Amino acid sequence: MSPSLVLIQLLSGLAHAMVLFLIASGLSLIFGVTRIVNFAHGSFYMLAAYLTYTLAATLPLGAAAFYVAVLLAAASVGLAGLGVEVALLRRVYRAPELYQLLLTFALVLVVADVVKLFWGSENLTGPAAPGLAGSVEIAGQLFPTYDLALIGLGPLVAAGLWWLFYRTRWGVLIRAATQDREMVAVLGVDQARLFTSVFVLGSFLAGLGGALQVPRQALTNVMDASIITEAFVVVVVGGMGSVPGALLAAALIGVIDAFGVLVLPRASLVVPFVVMAVVLIVRPWGLLGRPEVQQRTAGGAIVTAGTVRVPPRWLAAVLAALIAVPPFLPTFHVWVLVEILAFALFAASLHLLMGTGGMVSFGHAASFGLGAYGAALLVTWTKAPMLLAFAAAPLAAAVGAALYGYFCVRLSSIYFAMLTLAFAQIAFAIVHQWYDVTGGDNGLLGIWPAAWLAGPLAYYYLALTACGGGIALLARIGRAPFGLTLRAARDHARRAETVGINIRLHQWTAFVVAGFFGGVAGGTFAFLKGSVFPNLLAVPMSVEPLVMVLLGGVQAPAGAPVGAAIYKLLDTVATRYTEYWQLVLGAILILLVLAFPRGILGVVGDRRA
Amino acid sequence: MPEPLLRVVDVRKAFGGVRAVDGVSFDLARGEIRALIGPNGAGKSTFFNILAGLLRADDGAVAYRGEEILGLAPHAIWRRGVSRTFQITATFATLSALENVQVARLSHTRRSRALLRPAGGLEVERSLALLAQVGLAEQSGRPAGVLAYGDLKKLELAIALANDPELLLLDEPTAGMAPAERGALMALTASIARERTLTVLFTEHDMDVVFTVAERVMVLHQGRVIAEGAPDTVRADPEVQAVYLGEAAWAT
Repeated sequence: MSPSLVLIQLLSGLAHAMVLFLIASGLSLIFGVTRIVNFAHGSFYMLAAYLTYTLAATLPLGAAAFYVAVLLAAASVGLAGLGVEVALLRRVYRAPELYQLLLTFALVLVVADVVKLFWGSENLTGPAAPGLAGSVEIAGQLFPTYDLALIGLGPLVAAGLWWLFYRTRWGVLIRAATQDREMVAVLGVDQARLFTSVFVLGSFLAGLGGALQVPRQALTNVMDASIITEAFVVVVVGGMGSVPGALLAAALIGVIDAFGVLVLPRASLVVPFVVMAVVLIVRPWGLLGRPEVQQRTAGGAIVTAGTVRVPPRWLAAVLAALIAVPPFLPTFHVWVLVEILAFALFAASLHLLMGTGGMVSFGHAASFGLGAYGAALLVTWTKAPMLLAFAAAPLAAAVGAALYGYFCVRLSSIYFAMLTLAFAQIAFAIVHQWYDVTGGDNGLLGIWPAAWLAGPLAYYYLALTACGGGIALLARIGRAPFGLTLRAARDHARRAETVGINIRLHQWTAFVVAGFFGGVAGGTFAFLKGSVFPNLLAVPMSVEPLVMVLLGGVQAPAGAPVGAAIYKLLDTVATRYTEYWQLVLGAILILLVLAFPRGILGVVGDRRA
Repeated sequence: MPEPLLRVVDVRKAFGGVRAVDGVSFDLARGEIRALIGPNGAGKSTFFNILAGLLRADDGAVAYRGEEILGLAPHAIWRRGVSRTFQITATFATLSALENVQVARLSHTRRSRALLRPAGGLEVERSLALLAQVGLAEQSGRPAGVLAYGDLKKLELAIALANDPELLLLDEPTAGMAPAERGALMALTASIARERTLTVLFTEHDMDVVFTVAERVMVLHQGRVIAEGAPDTVRADPEVQAVYLGEAAWAT
C-alpha cells in the first residue's frame, strides 16, 4: 500500500467517523441520562436522510436549498423526538427499564414502513452538496471535497457540544444526571423536562448525521439497521454517556473500518466487533467512560416484583390443545405452529437469562444461529443423519455460549448486553464471510428432516416434543435451587456473594443452559425451513426474543412463550394481509406496551394479586 | 491461652491518599461478643468489607481458625463459617422471607446448583426455624421487598445464621430502627450467640446497645485502634472521650 493511498484511506475513514460521531454522541447522550437503549436512533437518522433528499429537491432556494434542507431535516427529526418522548416514552418510565426499549423497537418498525410508504424501496441517490461537489487532489490522489468538509465539521460540532455541556447550566445538569440521575432528581431538577430536552438533542444529532450522509451514499430502506449497530459499537467503545469518548471511538472505528476493507476484505465485518469485545473485556466502561455508579434499586430494575405463575390447569389445557388440535388444522397453520414453538423455546431460553438472571442479552441470536448452523454444517459436510444433526444443534450452541459467556458474565447491565451483542455479531460476521464453509449469504440449503419426519404433522410433533419439552425443563430449572439462587443473585449480588454463592459460575451456567435451549430452537427452525442463512445470527434475531419476553411479561416464566405466540401470530397475519406489515406490527406493539407496561402476564398477575 | 478464632495483623487499606484502615491488629477469642465503635468515617465499614472479602486489603494478614482468609472471595470466606450482615439492609427483594433464608441454606448444603429438583420443598424446616428464632415466622411468605425495616434487619440476621457460622460480623445491626426495637434485637442476637457459642464482632452507633451487649469494646479512629478493653475501661479512656466528645461537640 502506497503512503498516499494510506492517507486517502485514513481521510475517508475520518469522514465516515464524523457522521458516526454525530449519531453515536446522540445515542450516548440519551442513554447516559435517560438509560433508554434507543433502537429507534438509526430510524431517526434514516428519516432525516430521506427528508433532506426531498427538501433539497423542492425548496426553491437554489444552491442554498441543500444546506437549508439539512438543517430543516435535522430539526424536524428533533421535533419527532420530542413527540416520541412526550407521547410515548414518558408513559412507561415507571415500568421496568426495558419496556422503553420495546417501544423504541416498535418505532423502528413503524419508521421503516413510513419511509417505504413515502419514498418507496428503490435506492435513491441524493444531491451533491453545492459548492463541495468536486474533488481535491491530496498527495496525488483525488479526494471528495465534501468528505474533507465533514472532517472539518466534526470537531466543530464536538466543540459546540463541549460548550453546551461545560459552559451552560443545562450542560451541568446533563453531566450530573449522567453520573447519578437519582441525586439530580433529589436536588429538585425536573426530570421530565431534562429527559425531554436530552431526547430532542439526541434525535437532532441523529438527524444531522443522516442529513449530512445524503451526498455520500445512496439512500436505502435498511440504512437504519446498518448504522444503529455501528453506533452502538462506537458508544460502547467510547464509554456510555461520554461525548469525547464517542468522538475518539468514532475516529477509531471509522479508520479501522476503512482499513479493514482494504487489508482484510474477508474479515471486514468482524473487525469492529472484535475491537468492541476487546475493549469491553479489558475496560468494561469504554475508553473514556466511567465505571457505573452502583444502582440503588435492587435487581437492576429489570424485574421489580415477584414471579407471576400461571395456574397448572391452564397449562394442562394449552398442552392438551397443542396435542389434539393440529391434525385438524390446514398445513400452513401447522407450519406456523412449529415456528411459534421454536420461538417460544428461544424466548423462554432468553427469559432464563434476563428474567430469572437479570442479565439482558442483546446477542441471544448467537445461540439460535449456532444451533441452526451446527446442525446444517453437519448435514452439509458429513451427511450426518437428521436426528444426529438435530441433537448436535444444542451442543454446538452450548459450547459457543460457554466460550463467550465466560467473558460476558464478568460484566453487568448494559455492558453485559453489549458484549453479548459483540459476540453475536462476530459469529454473524464469520458465518457471513466464510463462504467456503458456510456458504456466506447464499446460506446452506437442503437441510431437510428425515423422510418419516418430513410431513407437517410428524415434524410438528417432533417440534412439540423438543421445544415443549425444552420449555418445561426451563420452567423446572427456574424453580429449582439453581433458579432460586439465580434470582437471589439478580436481586442483590453482594448479599448473594456473602451467602457463599459464586455468582459468576452461577451466571455462566445459566448462560450455557440458555444457549443449549436456544440451540434446540435453532435446530428446530433449520429443519423447518430446510435452510439456514446468516440472518439467523443478525441483530433482529436477537431483538425478537427480547421483544417476546417483554411482551409476555419478564417476571412470568410463562410470559416468554405467550409473548412469542402473540408476536409470531401478529407477524404472520400482518405479513399476509399487507405489504406494510411492519407499520401494523409496530403500531400494535406500541399499543400493547402502553396497555401492558409490565408485559401481558405481568399486568394480569398484578391484577390478580 | 488458646488460639484466637480470628487474628488480625496490621491490616491496611487506602483510597487514594486517605488511609481508611491504617494498621489494625487484634485477636478475637472464641465465643466473645465485641463491639467495634468509632466516629463516622473511622474505617469500620471498610474494615468489615475487607474481612468479608468484598474489599481487597493493601497489606496485612487475617487468620481465621489459623488459616489465612485475606484475599479469598466473599463466597469462600462464608464457606469457612464467617457470616455477615450489612449496614444498609441487603436482602433478596422479590423473594419471600422464607426463600431468602432457603437460598442461604441451599448454598450452605451445597445444593444451589441443583438444576431439576423443585426448590420449594428443600430446607423448609430449617429455614422456618431460623425465621422463628428471629421472630419472623408470621412473615415467612411475604416478599422481602415489602417487609418493614425492622423485620428486614431480623431477616438479615436469619440469613446470616443460615450457614451455622462461628463468626458473625454485624455492621450496625440496629441502624435505622426505633430505639425500643434496638435493644430487643441486640438482646436477641446476644442470646442466640450465647446459645450457639458464636463469636460476634459488631459495629454500632447506639452506645446504650454497645455497653449492654458487648463484652469487650474496641475503638477505631482514623483507621487505627485507639483503645480496646472492657466497656467500662474504654468508656473511661481519655483518648476515647476526646474523640467522642470532640465529635459530639462538633456535630451539635
